[in-house]
Amino acid sequence: MKWFISQDTIKSSFQKTIEEDSGEKVKHCYQCGKCSAGCPLAFEMDYLPNQIMRMVQLGMEEQVLTSRTIWLCASCMTCSARCPREIDIAEIMDYLRRLAYKKQVLPKNETEIPLFNKIFLRNIELFGRVYEMGLIGMFNTFSGEFFKDTSLAPKMFWKQKIGLFPPKIRNIKAVRQIFKQSGRLSKARRDNLLHPKLIFLSLFRKLIKT
Amino acid sequence: MKYAYFPGCSLHSTAKEYNLSTKEVANSLGIELIDIPDWICCGATPAHITMHLLSIALPVKNLIQAKHMDSYEVATCCAACFSRLKIANDFMQHDLVHRQKVEEIVGEKYQGEVKVRHFLDILANGFGLKNLSQRVTKKLNGLKVACYYGCLLTRPKEITGMDDLEEPRLMDDLMAAVGVEALAWPYKTECCGASFSLTKTDVVLKLSGDILQMAADEGAEAIVVACPLCQSNLDLRQGMINKKYKKHFKIPVFYFTQLIGLALGIEPKKLGFDKHIVNPLPLLKKKGLA
Repeated sequence: MKWFISQDTIKSSFQKTIEEDSGEKVKHCYQCGKCSAGCPLAFEMDYLPNQIMRMVQLGMEEQVLTSRTIWLCASCMTCSARCPREIDIAEIMDYLRRLAYKKQVLPKNETEIPLFNKIFLRNIELFGRVYEMGLIGMFNTFSGEFFKDTSLAPKMFWKQKIGLFPPKIRNIKAVRQIFKQSGRLSKARRDNLLHPKLIFLSLFRKLIKT
Repeated sequence: MKYAYFPGCSLHSTAKEYNLSTKEVANSLGIELIDIPDWICCGATPAHITMHLLSIALPVKNLIQAKHMDSYEVATCCAACFSRLKIANDFMQHDLVHRQKVEEIVGEKYQGEVKVRHFLDILANGFGLKNLSQRVTKKLNGLKVACYYGCLLTRPKEITGMDDLEEPRLMDDLMAAVGVEALAWPYKTECCGASFSLTKTDVVLKLSGDILQMAADEGAEAIVVACPLCQSNLDLRQGMINKKYKKHFKIPVFYFTQLIGLALGIEPKKLGFDKHIVNPLPLLKKKGLA
């Protein structure tokens, strides 16, 4: 892949900001490629983890934040454990995803994972614990895959592995307070939790596919 | 021994048998597990991907609850909960800026004084392998298993305190103590795809399929896990893997607590073997264990 990288991009504060916020020294990366060699998701990624590190070093914010790679990271931390330069690459991926959410830039060809995270958290905010039925139902609806995994459902019910009703806890107010306060201190916008653009993109992609 | 017990969401739904067998094992060994009252979800992967502060505040809320129980040790079985609780604790101990913010969010002071332990560690290092093997009433001889640790139980090492990053032995030793033969195999700490079970099912099928294939190639009759996500990916999705890759895997995926329970002479009925999708009873019966 060829890019034209302008002086402004290279001189941008992207790498510096990441290093300051996450405490990880991206500039130490010397491109040995160990992270990509061990990455279980590398076969699905558009850029390999070491390429993302190099792109960060070069200040290529836009390309990094719109890449599928950052969302495909499974947080298995193999890269962080093996990095000879002791960079916590998984943490960098986390940071990039949080930044992408904040700036509302999302890859057009990878919407399920960003959508799922939001639905999962909304689920916790509502019930305090994961309510699987609600989670799966909501995800299938908003991602446009209405009948995904329905073949597994009877087995799950039969074995009582999934409940029809949401779990109940007493201190749900405290949970919602945690969400509210975290959002306030992180300066996150409220619509961040489940934003319409994501749902629209997911449904739109399914429509084109079918 | 007394612990505040944090089951986690999975152990109340898709991993019910893990919860059942853990409580049975703890009971028969005299380890007291008391549920943390009104525990909440630890936030799992979606929280730390979305909002850093939230991913620390949710586990800390639970740890504070445990502290109120006058318990300074929390036991948990889920590898993901274990990882989140431990990481949050580490932040509260060492990162003063984050500590202040999180204390503001949860409205209470907390400095990481509660210790978090995985049940695997409690059995192997707290109760002790020697003590455990003395309590075994039925040695599970002749069963060949592959112990699968996965990601969050092992990495990062500074947080989890696992014995080795690439070649952990903790579960293998535990299995050896009850007479099970734990095979040496290379995929102990590979990733099963975990959190992508719903979103990227194809990826999970490939990764979990590779793990099943490797276990089968090495001659394992069953896989033993300590994480509810690994179990559901390997067990629940095994049929789909067979269909997609034209395989004929029929490998039961046990929780380590189920096998230990069996060795301690607990009735198989109480250990939740009926909740597996790949029925483990034919294998156990063949070996004369159930």
